[in-house]
Amino acid sequence: MRMRTVEISTGAFVLAGTLALIFLAVRVSGVNLAADRSSYTVTARFDDVAGLQTRAKVSIAGVTVGRVAAIDVDLEYGEAIVSMELKGSGGVLSMDTGAQILTEGILGARYINLLPGADEETLSDGDEIEQTQGAMVLENLIGDLVTRLGAS
Amino acid sequence: MIRFLRGVGSRSLDRLAGVGRATLVFAAALWRLPRPADVPLIIKQIYQVGVLSLVIVVLSAFCIGAVLALQFHTQLAKFGAQDAVGVGLALVLLRELGPVVTALLFAGRAGSAITAEIGLMKTTEQLSSMEMMGVDPLQRIVAPRLWAGFVSLPLLTAIFNVVAIYGGMIVAVEWMGGDPGGFWSGIQAEVEIWDDIGKGVVKSVVFAVVITWIAVFQGYDTEPTPEGIGLATTRTVVVSSVMVLAIDFLLTLSMYGDFK
Repeated sequence: MRMRTVEISTGAFVLAGTLALIFLAVRVSGVNLAADRSSYTVTARFDDVAGLQTRAKVSIAGVTVGRVAAIDVDLEYGEAIVSMELKGSGGVLSMDTGAQILTEGILGARYINLLPGADEETLSDGDEIEQTQGAMVLENLIGDLVTRLGAS
Repeated sequence: MIRFLRGVGSRSLDRLAGVGRATLVFAAALWRLPRPADVPLIIKQIYQVGVLSLVIVVLSAFCIGAVLALQFHTQLAKFGAQDAVGVGLALVLLRELGPVVTALLFAGRAGSAITAEIGLMKTTEQLSSMEMMGVDPLQRIVAPRLWAGFVSLPLLTAIFNVVAIYGGMIVAVEWMGGDPGGFWSGIQAEVEIWDDIGKGVVKSVVFAVVITWIAVFQGYDTEPTPEGIGLATTRTVVVSSVMVLAIDFLLTLSMYGDFK
């Protein structure tokens, strides 16, 4: 009888531990097993990404639609090439979609906001977003302001 | 002077021999893979080291989660970034505090018990009488405890993390009036299944191996006197706590070293 309680509580313990692991995987990391995992990648060139990180979110109208997959630098032109992984299968966003780098809150993380355009043609895997606006860098803004004040 | 040098030398050699013996015992015990007949023994040990550690683990997890949330909240609220409480809490727990604190509790609660038990068996010559009866103590006593430790600590760590995150949520959301949506969506957006959860599990498996190894060996190698058992038990807790912290530093360096 004593052995039986031991077995039952051990079974419950192992079960609870396994459930905890599953809970961590599903609820905490937000892995959705049923979710559509298809995605496509588009790139964009920015003159300055200033602190944009890989895995930063890509959003349209404030709704997250993808993530930054990689950030490379084009040494020849001195530009940053950002690859974005967007959910879905492409063929939805118009070719003249714009991309801008914004900041969440005052001290928040950088993210990319997409501004859909009106072109008939659409972006598909591997395409490049042409209209981009890089990140605002505080030092540049202040420098700009100082020169303008000096001029007037 | 010569005597001093001789003392240093012989003590170093003793240590080296200890490491060698520990490795031999560990390898020999693991070499004896569990047979079907050993399963009840392993279950009993999982009960001893796992189930009985549950209360202390759950209690500490709740308190640590609550305290972390409280501190995060008061600091982050200054910047209006209360929604980041959940992320900070989850990452700190999954990557560091969960595995480490559970391992420390495990060393104190289960490691010391294993050492004391095996040490007493050795002192009362149960181990040698087993050998005389043709029962292999490594197979019957040491191996089940090792396997039970390997199974129990990762499970305890998972339970610790869940309870601590809930404890933190209770403080951050119910008490401090945070936004539950922001709490969970922040966590889900930032936590990666392999980078955060997987690596935490790897850590706890490593800690499980280290702690049970030290505990079992200290018991097996204890000096067969009452003081010997006491010394061995203390040594188990001290050595495994220090080892856990040191190894955690190394693991963190190698896992998250580039901090991308």
